Amino acid sequence: MSVPVSSDTTALHHAADSLAAVSHVAGEHNMFAELLHHVQDSNELEIPFGHVSLPQFDPFMIAGISFDMSITKHVVFLWISAALLLLFAVLAAGRNRRSAVPTGFGNLVEIFIVFIRDEIVLPNMGTAGLRYVPYLLTTFFFILIMNLAGLVPYGATATGNVSVTAGLAIIAFFVIQASAIRAQGMGHYLAHLTGGVHWILWPIMIPIEILGLFTKPFALCIRLFANMTGGHIVIVALFGLIFIFKSYFIAVGPFAFILGILMLEIFVAFLQAYIFTMLTALFMGLGIQAAEAHSEEGHA
Amino acid sequence: MLEINPGLILWTILTFLVLMVVLRMLAWKPLLHALTSREEKIRVSLQQAEEAQKAARELLEENKQQLARAEEESQKIIREGRDLGEKLKSEIVDKANSSARQMVDQAKDEIRREREAAIIQLRGEVADIAILAAGKILDENLDTPKQRTLVDRVIKDIGKGPRA
Repeated sequence: MSVPVSSDTTALHHAADSLAAVSHVAGEHNMFAELLHHVQDSNELEIPFGHVSLPQFDPFMIAGISFDMSITKHVVFLWISAALLLLFAVLAAGRNRRSAVPTGFGNLVEIFIVFIRDEIVLPNMGTAGLRYVPYLLTTFFFILIMNLAGLVPYGATATGNVSVTAGLAIIAFFVIQASAIRAQGMGHYLAHLTGGVHWILWPIMIPIEILGLFTKPFALCIRLFANMTGGHIVIVALFGLIFIFKSYFIAVGPFAFILGILMLEIFVAFLQAYIFTMLTALFMGLGIQAAEAHSEEGHA
Repeated sequence: MLEINPGLILWTILTFLVLMVVLRMLAWKPLLHALTSREEKIRVSLQQAEEAQKAARELLEENKQQLARAEEESQKIIREGRDLGEKLKSEIVDKANSSARQMVDQAKDEIRREREAAIIQLRGEVADIAILAAGKILDENLDTPKQRTLVDRVIKDIGKGPRA
């Protein structure tokens, strides 16, 4: 999420005022809360010259978990990103279908598709992974657009919310298990959980293996969330410096840093989308390769 | 900041699943299909181009060989023609030479024969004249066989004289 300048100005002015008026510690605390506010989810959508209140629903309980399906800022950006992706992808598909030689935008999208297929899927999963290409393409482009959405004014990064990355990681978890079961068969999949050790060690091995299944998507979830949040907090903190010092002369320094960090963030947006996709493919590939090892044993 | 919002997780999963199903149908399938069919087309085209190039190269090689063969043949024809001409020329010259020599020889024979006849005739006439002259000078009949033999010997000696 980038910094919506107008609202930040007022918000940070308040912070700076309180910094001057009240004690130092209280002011800094106030500032930090304000900074976090722009990274966090909220029930209001920031638009130029104001806010829009989003609809809220009463939470309902399923299996002891309270689901609050209120439309929040990050849900809105989830949908905006999805709509943008749908628009771009359909546009690119239409362009490439019309002409045999892809040009311009269609070509650009195709470069990413070819990269994901030839550099991510084929080396990790082989030709058996081609059926999962649509899933990985959706993952890559959806995360990429959500990452980039935070870099435009008034935008928000849905992937900077741990619940969103958890949702993506849960899907990745099920896809990874499904591809492994599909490739190995249920029997081999369960046998794999024993780690191939003597049965006496099973009480130790099975919990470790099961834990291993969950740590992989958990790492995916935290990596994406932390990377997308970290950059934004740095930017907001640098903006905060300008309002703490209240000097045009000093503002040049943070401004230069912010520009640098923003460029780094563009790179990180692509990098993290790539890493999430790449690691998901890698984890799926582990299961598929295990299946190939089994079948080779069977043939030998 | 790290608190989990199950509602948002559910929204994410729902959004992602719907997005994936729609994109798979509307975008990824057409895009991947276009991609693979184009790759196949490029592969086939490259293969065809390679084959065409190979055929062209073979044709070129064949043409070159044919050209070389034709060149050789023409050279041979020229050489044969030259040889034939050469042979004809020498034959004609030889024939001409030999006929000329024959003619010269004939002429020489003729001349020799004529000269011999002339010499014989002259010899007879000289003898007659000598006898007549001697008869007239000596007023004596030399027409006896003995005298005649003598005169003949003298004439023969005379005939021999310039030759020796």
